[in-house]
Amino acid sequence: MAAPSKQKTRWHIVVFLAPAVLVYTAVMIYPLFNTLRLSLYSEIDQERIWVGLQNFRTLFGDAIWSEQFWNALANNGWFFLIHMLVQNPIGIALAAILSSPRLRFSAFYRSAIFIPTILSFVIVGFAWKLILSPIWGIAPGMLDAIGLKFLYQPWLGKEEYALTTLSLVSVWQYVGIPMMLIYAALLSIPDEILEAGECDGITGMAAFWKIKLPLILPSIGIISVLTFVANFNAFDLIYAAQGALAGPDFSTDILGTFMYRTFFGFQLQLGDPHMGSTIASAMFGIILIGVCIYLFGIQRRLRNYQF
Amino acid sequence: MKTNTLKGVLLAATLLGASAATAQQAELTIESWRNDDLAIWQDKIIPAFEAEHPDIKVKFTPSAPAEYNAVLNSKLDAGSAGDIITCRPFDASLALYEAGHLADLSGMQGMSNFSDVAKSGWSTDDGSATYCVPMASVIHGFIYNKDAFEEVGVAVPQTEEEFFAALEAFKEDGNYIPMAMGTNDQWEAATMGYNNIGPNYWKGEEGRNALIAGEQKLTDEGWVAPYRQLAKWGDYMGDGYEAQTYPDSQNIFTLGRAAIYPAGSWEISGFNAQADFEMGAFNPPVQNAGDTCYISDHTDIGIGMNAATDSPEAAKTFLNWVASSEFSTIFANALPGFFPLSNAAVELEDPLAQEFISWRDTCESSIRSTYQILSRGTPNLENETWNASVAVIKGDESPEDAGKRLQDGLASWYAPQQ
Repeated sequence: MAAPSKQKTRWHIVVFLAPAVLVYTAVMIYPLFNTLRLSLYSEIDQERIWVGLQNFRTLFGDAIWSEQFWNALANNGWFFLIHMLVQNPIGIALAAILSSPRLRFSAFYRSAIFIPTILSFVIVGFAWKLILSPIWGIAPGMLDAIGLKFLYQPWLGKEEYALTTLSLVSVWQYVGIPMMLIYAALLSIPDEILEAGECDGITGMAAFWKIKLPLILPSIGIISVLTFVANFNAFDLIYAAQGALAGPDFSTDILGTFMYRTFFGFQLQLGDPHMGSTIASAMFGIILIGVCIYLFGIQRRLRNYQF
Repeated sequence: MKTNTLKGVLLAATLLGASAATAQQAELTIESWRNDDLAIWQDKIIPAFEAEHPDIKVKFTPSAPAEYNAVLNSKLDAGSAGDIITCRPFDASLALYEAGHLADLSGMQGMSNFSDVAKSGWSTDDGSATYCVPMASVIHGFIYNKDAFEEVGVAVPQTEEEFFAALEAFKEDGNYIPMAMGTNDQWEAATMGYNNIGPNYWKGEEGRNALIAGEQKLTDEGWVAPYRQLAKWGDYMGDGYEAQTYPDSQNIFTLGRAAIYPAGSWEISGFNAQADFEMGAFNPPVQNAGDTCYISDHTDIGIGMNAATDSPEAAKTFLNWVASSEFSTIFANALPGFFPLSNAAVELEDPLAQEFISWRDTCESSIRSTYQILSRGTPNLENETWNASVAVIKGDESPEDAGKRLQDGLASWYAPQQ
């Protein structure tokens, strides 16, 4: 009876895991590693040959490539910065307002703010292009109505404004996501804690800064990482609004559009899957480093409160 | 041996099966980026072909122009592309031919209907093999609003000086935007700007061939002068042209709000449908009255055969028909503005299209300077030209700097220019 019977292989675990593992491997893991592999090859005379790290040397060493790469990376950085400085604080503020029990129609506001998130980026890009258009847009007319016409610029066509404008359009579209996540986190804070704080005289704004904010910090951390990953993988909005050449003068070129142009080709430029994969691998590396910094540098220091 | 016999048996079986089922009903699928032409193919071209060849069914399945190259390449690699492939001119198709995706059509009987210039867009560099049947070219020039010209009292410009005088007159009048063009989408500045007016300065084929041979440089006067012209365009392009897109420009012109539209002839059918005023066209103005005029008569569309097609005979029958004057006539009149390249004479009915094609008699024809050979390397000369043309129009870069930047880029990979 007490024989140290070998534990029976628990087949049901394998069976239940299999679908997810298989699908995930087929659509994510295999393509990812194949991309990394492709970046080590090049095509010469219709034949794929192994070139080691030569593609990376070209990407970072050749002035023509590296200039474009650093430009795209810097633009990506700015894109991310705007999201961190505008999208996330606004999202947190909206969540704080929405979670206030005295606000009426909060369900309506919540849906209204979240709806752009589920719109297709094609619709968003096109709609905003029309809104901001110097010819048919309502932006010049609206500014004119309040006597501020002189502030109007063809924003999407000016190098100095185009990227910021598109970042703000993206913020408009996705502000619902941090709002929802923070909203959920705020709701999960037990009333007892807030009431205990009230007894100690912490109410109103002070309650937000001193009690709620520290409690939602882990959620803010997660949102920052999600924003980082999404921003550095961004492509769709820029492509829909400015095309693959990310004009004016590459001022809105981000890693995604740079990769697309290189991989699939553009107009007379023929596609180069190997250099494209090299850029994709560099993007993967950048995102990996960013996420690692967050995981090891920040998340470990965040305290989790158990209620 | 064994596999061969097996293959033979299988082949025979399929052939027998096919002929038994129907009288060898072949189905051809056409890959194309011309989704604007879907109706014309379905209503006019395909019925005309099927009436003559009832045993072949044809399907036209276009994709979006901007994605066409990428989509086609992926489909060809995956083996799921159609039997007939609409060919972009020059390197995109040459790469497909070299990769074995396009069949060599040099020996095809219909090919004798085309001149070497017409075939240049779809031949190997040495001209030994041609892999697409030239289908159509587009001619560049300027389309203008006749009513606006009458109202403001401006004559149709022939020379550079008259051209800018006309623009100035419209600007002073204030009722019309002098020129409908924007820089948001970038390509118009290069295609309808630089390559439209350029041939007059670099003397068409003469300059283009000299550039390919390395005898001229992009910093030479002939190649910088067009940029000097473009630099003056910005003043006449309407408020906020920096964010004006290509469809915006088309709409501004067809709504009658602009006087002049730097055009490619492909606009004709769309404009005819949209505009309710009378339109005319003039060729790019020459420097001095009496100079020889040059036009960009660009080989734009060809059509070839997927080397992996299941029904090569049917595909060849179709391509031979495309090379015939019957197809040219249907095509040219259904799509005024796409001019057939075959030697056979074709009657055009559309007055605007007639105006464009009449320049072939009075001016020297050339093709866009960046398309043959010169856009093979990195940086890509065509993309750079888009960028430079926009920068020059906006005044961000001087014509000389633009020329120098392009020359440096070209010289960095193109041996004859080094």
